Amino acid sequence: MNEAKKCSIVVFSGDMDKQFAAFIIATTAAAMGMETSMFFTFWGLQALKKKGLKTGKGFFGRMLGFMFKDIEGVGPSKMNFGGIGRWMFKKMMKDKGVTSLVELRQTAIDLGVKLQPCQMSMEVMEITKEDLIDEAADPVGAAAYVLDAQQADITLFI
Amino acid sequence: MAEITPNKVLDARGLQCPMPVVKTSQEIKTIGVGEVLQVLATDPGSMADITAWCKSTGNELLNMEKGGGVFTFYIKRVR
Repeated sequence: MNEAKKCSIVVFSGDMDKQFAAFIIATTAAAMGMETSMFFTFWGLQALKKKGLKTGKGFFGRMLGFMFKDIEGVGPSKMNFGGIGRWMFKKMMKDKGVTSLVELRQTAIDLGVKLQPCQMSMEVMEITKEDLIDEAADPVGAAAYVLDAQQADITLFI
Repeated sequence: MAEITPNKVLDARGLQCPMPVVKTSQEIKTIGVGEVLQVLATDPGSMADITAWCKSTGNELLNMEKGGGVFTFYIKRVR
């Protein structure tokens, strides 16, 4: 049997719509038998943050921690209007039977998608491994991603 | 064409992309190789998606029917 094909996705964005795209493609790739990994960097890290946790140690870190949401708190890239857009999209999606981001993340975990946080982003934003969900893999650097992408049949930057 | 008797039925009606495909991938593992999974879906995208999923995973799409807004797929587990 041939070795499984691989899919590697960088999740840079902390926008709800873009994270939807990332998780939909990741779960689908895994469902189609691909070995799938996601690399969460900068704003994308919000997808792995534990719910309701305030992060950061220094003044700026804590300020950022206040703005930095978890996967349920991220808003759409357009028409958020201070959270109204997020509420509206969540409602519209629920009414139409679209799976929520939290459920998609759980599905990704169930399908064995590797969720890798970026070490450097965590340092800058003063986020520790304990601030992230237990299912997150150990933090990695760019070289780990590049190696992953080299071997991948699909690479995406979202 | 002879009637296909499924070994298991997956009701994915009301679910949107990507869940019909995701659930199919999970359910197919619960039947034996050579057995048939019947999938019911209402997502019009599932026609293209289930076909693509079968092509990618190597499982065989025996038949696809459309009626009353429901898409029915018969998938034989090949490996």
